[in-house]
Amino acid sequence: MITRPLPSGAGRPRTLYEKLWDSHVVANRPDGSALLYIDRHIVHEVSSPQAFVALRASGRRLRRPETHLGVADHAVPTRERGGEIADPLARSQVAELEANVAEFAVPYARLDGPEQGIVHVIGPETGFTLPGTTIACGDSHTTTHGAFGALAFGVGASEQGTIMAAQCLPQQRAATMQVELVGKRHPLIDAKDMALALIARIGANGAVGHAVEYTGEVVSGMAMSERMTLCNMTIEAGSRIGMVAPDARTFAYLEGRRLAPRGELWDAAVAYWRTLPSDPGARYDRVVTLDVGTIAPQVSWGTSPDQTLPIDRTVPDPAAIADPVARREAEKALAYMGLVPGQRLDSVAIDTVFIGSCTNGRIEDLRAAAAIAMGRRVAPGVTALVVPGSAATRAQAEAEGLDRIFTAAGFSWRHAGCSLCVAMNDDRLAPGQRCASTSNRNFEGRQGPGGRTHLMSPAMAAAAAIAGRLADVREFV
Amino acid sequence: MPAEPFTTVHGRAAALREDNIDTDIIFPARFLLITAREGLGRYAFHDRRFAGDGQAIAGFVYNDPRFRAAPVLVAGANFGSGSSREQAVWALHGLGVRAVIAPGFGEIFHGNCLRNGIVPILLGREVVTALMDRAEAGLAFTVDLAAQTLTVTGEDPIPFAIPRERRLALLNGWDETDQVINTHGADIAAFEAWQRRTQPWLHV
Ligand code: SF4
Repeated sequence: MITRPLPSGAGRPRTLYEKLWDSHVVANRPDGSALLYIDRHIVHEVSSPQAFVALRASGRRLRRPETHLGVADHAVPTRERGGEIADPLARSQVAELEANVAEFAVPYARLDGPEQGIVHVIGPETGFTLPGTTIACGDSHTTTHGAFGALAFGVGASEQGTIMAAQCLPQQRAATMQVELVGKRHPLIDAKDMALALIARIGANGAVGHAVEYTGEVVSGMAMSERMTLCNMTIEAGSRIGMVAPDARTFAYLEGRRLAPRGELWDAAVAYWRTLPSDPGARYDRVVTLDVGTIAPQVSWGTSPDQTLPIDRTVPDPAAIADPVARREAEKALAYMGLVPGQRLDSVAIDTVFIGSCTNGRIEDLRAAAAIAMGRRVAPGVTALVVPGSAATRAQAEAEGLDRIFTAAGFSWRHAGCSLCVAMNDDRLAPGQRCASTSNRNFEGRQGPGGRTHLMSPAMAAAAAIAGRLADVREFV
Repeated sequence: MPAEPFTTVHGRAAALREDNIDTDIIFPARFLLITAREGLGRYAFHDRRFAGDGQAIAGFVYNDPRFRAAPVLVAGANFGSGSSREQAVWALHGLGVRAVIAPGFGEIFHGNCLRNGIVPILLGREVVTALMDRAEAGLAFTVDLAAQTLTVTGEDPIPFAIPRERRLALLNGWDETDQVINTHGADIAAFEAWQRRTQPWLHV
């Protein structure tokens, strides 16, 4: 039996985060940081080239190539698949990724293959994402995988190089924060509304330095897709880590997926995963409780995700904001967004709708949007895109007939990718265009220079497409 | 990649009086199609510096000749939040920035700074606001990483803290990958042996 020194504090009740941390410490360092083992790493075309360059320059190989997964998602066109990518820069970036994964023997989800998709959608779909693991990716929304009870976080390209060569990363331990979701939600309120309401309350930097764990009856009742949406949005509150304890629903989701363990290994894994939830009596450094019964559909009005309000409210008046910093931020945001204080949010006209991204590009999201779009028409002058999060999601949606509901309503049905979430391909807002979007960031220029983004749930985005303005989805049933 | 050892920084400071300057503002996503890490300084704050026609936007601090080459940047809360793109740090470095002072940082950005020869200095909001006034007055700032002090010429030094391992790596220009492999090679092998035994499904 190989023994490892017990981490300090073991034996006392521990939170999920503490268990994940303790079980991955390779060495403690003199300044209180630790060297953490990284079990899984996802590589995409945009953030990885420089890491491979560093690896090659140092003459190193990947320590464990099979623990990495490569895919092209950020810059790829979504109109068609299989042909040559028109944009020469995107084409060469995808070609560079393909050359790198071939040279370093990294498993790769081909661009025109059945497992291609957004990094945070295909990790879970293929069973690459497992409870109890550490998962890194050169993308801040790696928080998503925490929905499976994994310790998952975004890293920079230099860190990717370190993971590739050493399978480890020096890390500072985070404080812990429990976000407890209680109450009974309105049927049209989903995880996106809850995440936006939470961020509006605690602020875009409200969880900095903390590993967030979502708990409570609302979370245990959620499908994995909603848990992923919650964890995904955690970075928008400033935290690198969002988690949900694994349970029967988690195991049911994973069982039989291509990369999930099978047979006896599956049984052994599940037995271990059952030990991961926070112990009774475990203490968090901070606790926030949110009553979801009081939440109305949310929509962002500004350029930071915490500048969010219920749809039945008006654009805030900066003059009424006491804190001078918040007032200046609101003035800046309203100027960029082209909004007038006092204007009703549900009167703001839009010209683009984007349903997709790693936040809301899963089958459940598409079903929710299709339920609103069914039998209706996209408003004249509005361009509406539905971009599935993965090729598998697209195939599933087509098997259910969702694509026909969308196209009959006037939506454009696309192939999988990040698309208008980050506007690195040809899906891009023109300056001044206004988009109802299911993505995660309403930053200046995020969907194209000068573009204006309003964040919301899939059902709310579909309602906006039909109305031609921001709209309350509760009026569409 | 081994960086240059960090030496004491001395010079002007550019003040950006805004909270939530995210990495999309520091380095707009469309430039991420460039796969080089050198020469990115021209894209730093691109859409704040340049109008659609490429003309410099008057009033933006890096278009002011006094601050164009300032090695210190003083910014509002939550600086570098959002996307993990390391290009944001490479672009700031390319612009000549060697220290960023703010009342709060995006966490991934903060780590990326430390790996790329930029010192992120966390100070209280009042202190930062006062430093913005000094910066705009054109006073010189000195960042002494070994002593962990920030000094505005003629004033008392302000202490700041950078964790020891990070500080040593910066001061010596150590590469993190080399450091991890050289110091912890045996620890990593021992960990893997233990994990293979206790969680064999992770090693198939
Ligand atoms: S969909 Fe958007 S947030 Fe998600 S990985 Fe792609 S670019 Fe990042």
